[in-house]
Amino acid sequence: MSSELFYKPVSELADALAAKTISSIELTQAIVARTKAVDPKVKAFNSFDEADALAQAKLSDERRAAGQARGPLDGIPVGMKDVISVAGQPLTASSKMLANFVSPYDATVTKKLKNAGAICWGRLNLDEFAMGSSTENSAFHTTCNPYDLERVPGGSSGGSAAAVAAGEAIVSLGSDTGGSIRQPAALCNVVGLKPTYGLVSRYGLIAFASSLDQIGPFSRSVEDAAITLGAIAGHDPLDSTSFKTEIPNYRAELAKRKGPWRLGIPKEYFGAGLDPEVAAAVEKAINYYEKLGCEVKNVSLPHTEYGVGVYYIIATAECSSNLARYDGIRYGHRSKDAKDIVDLYFKSRAEGFGAEVKRRIILGTYVLSSGYYDAYYLRAQKVRTLIRQDFLNAYKEVDAILTPTSPTPAFKRGAKADPLAMYLCDVYTIGVNLAGLPGISVPCGFSKGGLPIGLQIIGQPFQEAELLAIANSYEKAHDWSAQRPNL
Amino acid sequence: MAAPTDLNIDHVAHLARLALTPEEKAKFATQLGDVLAYIEQLKKVDVSGVEATAHAYPVFNVWADDVAQPGLPVEAALKNAPAQRNNMIVVPKVVE
Repeated sequence: MSSELFYKPVSELADALAAKTISSIELTQAIVARTKAVDPKVKAFNSFDEADALAQAKLSDERRAAGQARGPLDGIPVGMKDVISVAGQPLTASSKMLANFVSPYDATVTKKLKNAGAICWGRLNLDEFAMGSSTENSAFHTTCNPYDLERVPGGSSGGSAAAVAAGEAIVSLGSDTGGSIRQPAALCNVVGLKPTYGLVSRYGLIAFASSLDQIGPFSRSVEDAAITLGAIAGHDPLDSTSFKTEIPNYRAELAKRKGPWRLGIPKEYFGAGLDPEVAAAVEKAINYYEKLGCEVKNVSLPHTEYGVGVYYIIATAECSSNLARYDGIRYGHRSKDAKDIVDLYFKSRAEGFGAEVKRRIILGTYVLSSGYYDAYYLRAQKVRTLIRQDFLNAYKEVDAILTPTSPTPAFKRGAKADPLAMYLCDVYTIGVNLAGLPGISVPCGFSKGGLPIGLQIIGQPFQEAELLAIANSYEKAHDWSAQRPNL
Repeated sequence: MAAPTDLNIDHVAHLARLALTPEEKAKFATQLGDVLAYIEQLKKVDVSGVEATAHAYPVFNVWADDVAQPGLPVEAALKNAPAQRNNMIVVPKVVE
């Protein structure tokens, strides 16, 4: 294998590792060198541990030499969002609150990746506690979009998306509460998959909004997403919301499922606020499926317009509850000038949290507070039911739904200083979380200014194999991912 | 352009055990006023007879066998504590 090992897909690297034309040490060294070369510009990482990565690679090579290689991810560096625990490594959530925290144990996804032989690589930047759509809310630094360093990579998993786009990881993991995998994937020209709620264990993921959070992969191909999902999916007794379901061989299923599919186009996702270049690119992608012989029909998701409102009640309510644990007592930042224990709570939280986290804690506490619970939280949970029913009704007629992932391509840093404007970035991704569905973003073109555009495909619960096959069909005919950023 | 709301920042910040500066209070009141004004549209939806969704994929009554499992050793559990002594976390004095 020649140059640019760091841009090869898992599928190809796995063959080369199996044929011993490369070693995991060589591959990991290539990733480390690439990261050192480009990360001063991209700033995808909060930190990385070169010695640890090379030690993992050495073990992989030794396993292989002994005839005990473990499958396609053995020896492959996988970037980790800095909200997923890796024992002995920092876990900051890009917050001052956890600036010095070191994970005492592995998340279930980490354990599964290690069992598959993967090399857990680096700590990837995000909006603090995964709250945001641009990584500008990181307490440490803003990650840059590899396709235009003046612009944001999206968020909250901006570091995970940018690292894969820039060749600083072969694949990576992120988490998606309202679009935090799919939106940055769209903005950075990579594939991003949010699995069905319950498919992937949340044990060891820093909790933001527990009824919405899911871990999922970023990759430069749908096949690599299938391989990575296969490694991390499955029931976990340590997460009581994880679901007992058969995990198919997603990669093998790609070739077996060829359609034609019945695809729905929801008019509510193509209205005001949608950038014309994004609309045009998505319509071209829809045309591809029509030419393939798919039945493409209009569907209606009538409660779409309420999604953002429902989300910012439910997500902030859950966050205000989940983040109550950061009180300066057992771990995390402790204020040095508190006069008593209660003052310690107030000051540690004030010093440890950034502005967006504080805003969401205030909003979430308010909507749960006495006298307002019914008007806000309970009502939002009921509208959530209607949003979920909209999707389930549509799935009586179609196999999957096609929409834009983000209403616009990547915006410039500082362009959305108003929180409400930032919240509306998630207008097309939020419904999927509220309904607990799987959704994938695949690259579907570029704006005239050279900015990536993503197509979102929304699947039925636990039908990831079909969803990936639909995405794979489009990708095989286009492969926008081949257009690398100029770094 | 914040709409008038009942949001009493001092009260809510106290409930959340969060010390806010006067600047933060003023800023959040305006910004969250905008967000709450936006959220008002949920009142248009007829939710009579609709059940609340707590989890998108309902899983009920998950039981585990009542068997002790190995946990974190004390040293590992205390590793991130801001202050510790004799295998305990040190906190400011609670009673006078």
